[in-house]
Amino acid sequence: MHVEVRGLNKSFGSFQAVKDVDFSVEKGQLIGLLGPSGGGKTSILRMLAGLETPDSGDIVFHGQRVNDLPPQERGIGFVFQNYALFKHMTVSENIAFGLEVKKWNKAKIKERVANLTELTGLKGFESRYPHQLSGGQRQRVAFARALAPEPQLLLLDEPFAAIDAKIRHELRSWLREMIDRLGITSIFVTHDQDEAIEVADEIMIINKGNLEQKGSPWEIYKDPKTPFVAGFIGESRIVDNIGALRGFGDAAVSSGTRGLIRPEYIEIGRKDEFTQLLSATEAGRVSHIHFRGSEWLVEVEVGGIKLVTYRSLEKEVLHPGEEVQVLVHRAYLFNDSESWVMENKLKADPMFVYI
Amino acid sequence: MTNMLQSRWWSWGFRSTVMLYFIILIVCPIAGIYVQSLSGGFQAFADNVTEALAWKSVILTVKLAVISTIINAAVGTLAAWVLVRYRFPGRSLLNSLVDLPFALPTAVIGLMILLLLGPRSWIGSGAEALGTTILFHEPAIVVAMIFVTFPFVIRAVQPMLEELDASEEEAAYTMGASKSRTFFRVILPCMMPGIVSGAMLAFSRALAEFGAVVLVAGNIPGRTLVASVYIFGEIESDNPAGAAAVSVLLLTLSLLILWTVNFVRRRRAR
Repeated sequence: MHVEVRGLNKSFGSFQAVKDVDFSVEKGQLIGLLGPSGGGKTSILRMLAGLETPDSGDIVFHGQRVNDLPPQERGIGFVFQNYALFKHMTVSENIAFGLEVKKWNKAKIKERVANLTELTGLKGFESRYPHQLSGGQRQRVAFARALAPEPQLLLLDEPFAAIDAKIRHELRSWLREMIDRLGITSIFVTHDQDEAIEVADEIMIINKGNLEQKGSPWEIYKDPKTPFVAGFIGESRIVDNIGALRGFGDAAVSSGTRGLIRPEYIEIGRKDEFTQLLSATEAGRVSHIHFRGSEWLVEVEVGGIKLVTYRSLEKEVLHPGEEVQVLVHRAYLFNDSESWVMENKLKADPMFVYI
Repeated sequence: MTNMLQSRWWSWGFRSTVMLYFIILIVCPIAGIYVQSLSGGFQAFADNVTEALAWKSVILTVKLAVISTIINAAVGTLAAWVLVRYRFPGRSLLNSLVDLPFALPTAVIGLMILLLLGPRSWIGSGAEALGTTILFHEPAIVVAMIFVTFPFVIRAVQPMLEELDASEEEAAYTMGASKSRTFFRVILPCMMPGIVSGAMLAFSRALAEFGAVVLVAGNIPGRTLVASVYIFGEIESDNPAGAAAVSVLLLTLSLLILWTVNFVRRRRAR
């Protein structure tokens, strides 16, 4: 189902939860609404479902305005954060609920329930009650129950929040696969950026009720449009006097410009580890190192500026206090009015050679 | 102190004290009634129970208790719904007033109903104009029973409603279920254990009610004489065996109900 939202607003008392949000979702896409808690993501989702009424703005499904339709008539499936399974019903009764509402005949319901329990890997659990299931199983029942009446749009509110980390990974890829196979337009809410990046075709970053940016995970990572997005996606450090770093002198021209540098923008090593680009490096001192399981996290100080970067376990181990060369490939710069990505000038300009 | 409390002797002492207390206060009297009622042999017990006035009073009590329980189950569920789901001025006052029937002496309740429904009140005179009398007839007994057992269903249903997650209802809506379907398929089943156990307790309390009923029932043997008043009368006329026989009937009923309530609660706690 094609979904379009125009000028959506919602306030709870004096608190404006959603401010002038516009977006559209193509059929079959999986969209992640990502942002900090309390940012208005769930409110948007609930308005799409009809569980909340917008103060202003239009919600359009398939070219038809649905603002005045109750949730019963919107043709959606909703997976709640706490699953909201019917406690007094078994797994198959839960899944069959929406079909009974639609007055399917008994044989068809039975077949559909059997299909869905098979699809969600719940075979053998049909006559259990929700309290007899694990968190991951409950989540899948909620998913099967929402899918049973063949909705056009699937809405998921923090679908993995209540599941422990290990199973969450499995469920994520399972969900992605399932949605691909069914080709159903889906929108899910999450505050976990890994989850959004891994699962979604497109991410919408929501902060304080505003839609900050919409795009594929790669676009958002590579080309953040606002400082908030730049800071929210990936790890980063904000550097106030970015002009003091070698290669970024131009940034100091306009005052109030600050820089955001991700660990992966930085290369670090002993002098002999750099070959051509040594000219663009700057001397620094390792202040701390942390073992992170698959790499070293190195904190380094360059002329009073503290930076963080990773270092492969394959390379020689650095020690705190050691003098190293630091190469900052690029920085994301922003001031009050604009923001842009700046590559290291020394790296880009081959004429600028001095050793 | 804690060390002392944790010692084996103390724990043994506490447990025995509680058990002893329980046995002396509850088990002994109950067993005593059974023994007393059967003291003249089983034939005497059967005679006492099948005595026309005795079993008529028991039937009457059960019948009226069932009526009052049904009314209380319906009204109590409604009241619990209103108290949990709606916000209105005076809600917390109303909520605390619910327990009033537990706190009032039952004789006071009887007197209140006597004055309210008596021939000099406008309800009483209105009923008289319609050709019926409430006071000293079955309706007055039902009113007394309802009043005394009013809190049970409300207090049993309230926590179930509070516990019910709003998202369960919303989930039903998103699957296309209408409001009434959601109520009957999702909300009512959640309240059911509360309604059942509350109604059971209300029923056994209604069976046992004496103070409020004796003032308003009229106590005409065979017509408005309820079991508890019958027991009182038998004792007054020096027939403890007859009193014990009816008591045993009531007691057995109450025990059965209590056991059922426990069973329902345990099934819910699964």
